[in-house]
Amino acid sequence: MNFAFSDEQEELRQTVRRFLEDKSPSAEVRRLMETDDGYDPDLWTQMAQQLGLQSLHIPEAYGGQGYSFIELGIVLEEMGRVLLCAPYFSTVVLAADAIMNVGTDAQQGELLPGIASGETIATLAFTEPNGKWDASGIEMEATADGDSYSLSGTKHFVLDGNVATLIVVAARTPGSEGADGVSLFAVHGDAEGLTREALTTMDQTRKQAKLEFSGVSAQLLGSEGAGWDALSKTLDQAAVAISNEMIGGAQFVLDMAVQYAKDRVQFGRPIGSFQAIKHKCADMLLEVESGKSAAYYASWAAAEDNDELPVVASLAKAYCSDAYFHAAAENIQIHGGIGFTWEHDAHLYFKRAKSSEILLGDATYHRELLAQRIGI
Amino acid sequence: MDFRDSPEEAAFRTEVREWLAENLTGEYAQVGGGAGPADDTSWDIRVEWERLLGKAGWVGMSWPEEYGGRNASIIEQVIFGEEYAKANAPSRVSFFGEGLFAPTLIEFGTEEQKKRFLPKIQLAEELWCQGYSEPNAGSDLANVQTRATLDGDEWVISGQKVWTTFAHYAAWCFAVVRTDPESTGHKGLSYMLVPMDQPGVTIAPLRQMTGSAEFNEVFFDEARTSADMVLGEVNDGWKVAMATLGFERGTAFLAQQLGFQRQLADVIAAAQERGKSDDPVLRQRLAGSYAGVQIMKYNGLRMLTNMVRKGVLGPESSIGKLYWSTWHRDMGEIALDVLGPEGALAAPSPDGEYDLNEFQRYFMFSRSETIYAGSSEIQRNILGERVLGLPREPR
Repeated sequence: MNFAFSDEQEELRQTVRRFLEDKSPSAEVRRLMETDDGYDPDLWTQMAQQLGLQSLHIPEAYGGQGYSFIELGIVLEEMGRVLLCAPYFSTVVLAADAIMNVGTDAQQGELLPGIASGETIATLAFTEPNGKWDASGIEMEATADGDSYSLSGTKHFVLDGNVATLIVVAARTPGSEGADGVSLFAVHGDAEGLTREALTTMDQTRKQAKLEFSGVSAQLLGSEGAGWDALSKTLDQAAVAISNEMIGGAQFVLDMAVQYAKDRVQFGRPIGSFQAIKHKCADMLLEVESGKSAAYYASWAAAEDNDELPVVASLAKAYCSDAYFHAAAENIQIHGGIGFTWEHDAHLYFKRAKSSEILLGDATYHRELLAQRIGI
Repeated sequence: MDFRDSPEEAAFRTEVREWLAENLTGEYAQVGGGAGPADDTSWDIRVEWERLLGKAGWVGMSWPEEYGGRNASIIEQVIFGEEYAKANAPSRVSFFGEGLFAPTLIEFGTEEQKKRFLPKIQLAEELWCQGYSEPNAGSDLANVQTRATLDGDEWVISGQKVWTTFAHYAAWCFAVVRTDPESTGHKGLSYMLVPMDQPGVTIAPLRQMTGSAEFNEVFFDEARTSADMVLGEVNDGWKVAMATLGFERGTAFLAQQLGFQRQLADVIAAAQERGKSDDPVLRQRLAGSYAGVQIMKYNGLRMLTNMVRKGVLGPESSIGKLYWSTWHRDMGEIALDVLGPEGALAAPSPDGEYDLNEFQRYFMFSRSETIYAGSSEIQRNILGERVLGLPREPR
């Protein structure tokens, strides 16, 4: 029994932390969040070439380094800490995992090396205007067209959908329902018949797009109708990944709040000496530490790819969503007036906490999923 | 990161399992591990069982071999606790002796004191109680007013202790008493060992909101103990007393977590039997409670790993008490809501006494858990000041 990161994993954390503190300070986050694309292509290249972040958990056979979800979780936690503006989660977690879960060897060999090298920006388009996170939300139909398929319909809330050069799309066989008949397809970002609209996001540090498909030619990944199992697993893996990212942000806002509580003097003493503030910080600490335990354990289950994954993925997503939002909200309260200004970073974390909570289904959604998965 | 047993750990687990399978039979097997830390149901059988455990070397397993221990590692203690809970073996009677006093004695006691007390703890020949709280020393424990003065080769003790669990079964009490009459606060206190069976000691049961009386008031009226019955230096007992509180966390967390898990499984089953598990709000609460009890385990395993690897407790350890007591209180509330109208009726009792059913007991006992062993408010102060480094309250 051993529930700790190895020395090598701790080293990875330190390396990534130093890199991101240098490359993604607050000023840079604020610059990029005002841009349409929402990321810095040069930094994206450095992430791939200097640190190999995009290739981390992709198998060596497909140009990756073959690390596990534990290493991926560490990287995401560090990215969440600095609110990195980059299409990393969409490319490396959502798209790459979907391809690894569903693609044939040949398809993985075709699509993954580009992601691993940093050349491809990719995403997963599965949500639609109905806003559902489960199989019933997939209404887009795919009609066979000789060797290829044709997609028509709308994908909404697609992370980094405006900059992705590769889009993994979930669609269904006409007439099918629920989990049956769902397939995953690969579509090029500038495919004919595809119209992309960049959306203005409440959390400006993470971009979304609306994608209109009008008879877009698509390549089937894996076999027809086998998409939901792969997509469901991808969503579990993504829930684990975002939990780690969220807890990185949550620890950061806790640190901010505690520092401010030590520095800010009112009534002649630091506000952190008052129990009203101290106890808020203590509760945040309890939730952040518990969130870490849940997220790290979930990373292990994802790395092992064991039977526990669906249960712990929903467990971690539900708990970390609440913990991050609570910490980010309390951080504003502890900062008082300054915490409500545009100038202070508290609102950036508050918004990221909320958008992350919503992403992949909120805490209520995942608690219900958890209830089902443990047989209630 | 790996949650599987190493080959050595697996072998030890097998040894524990086999011993329990062979010995946990008959009356012992019927007692069950449901009794809370202050619950004295089936007491005599549990004491007998403790003796059996002691003879087999499962009591004091972490002690050095020279005192009858096995020098067991932290992981081994945890594995034992886990298997013990899984087997639903009887709730232990020696929490105060084995769990709190013995580790303190090993750290601070003289050779003579260790030889005098450890064997009798191991064989459950002497049970212990903890004399800390007083009517005016609750969260502010350093405000202890019980006094001891030296009279020849004996200490003479007068004062009152309260919330003393199992005082009526205990042969000895480890008590915090004021030995410097001029002192205030945490200075001038001593950690004193007092025999309970003497004219100067009066025990009065304290009836709780549950209707039962597991706690007591203990009155010392010129009670006596010999001069050498002080652990550590005279007037320097505060640090000894604090060390004992440190052991309160210990390695029993996995066993406790498994017990809680079992209780929640009963609550979920009850919800399903009553057709309430389709209610979306209740589903949310049950799933939230499930997540909570699993995270309790993950937190504990992180704490354990830090203890093993670095020999120190990390920040995640201090959240334990606040975490489990809050979780259990919330679970108790869910349990009562699952019962619905049944929850408003006391349990049927043959003698017409006020009695509670199992869910009501979780519901009510958990109100004490956020108070004893450092209230939730004190825990938050500790987290804020010692872990986060926030400035202290003005005192």
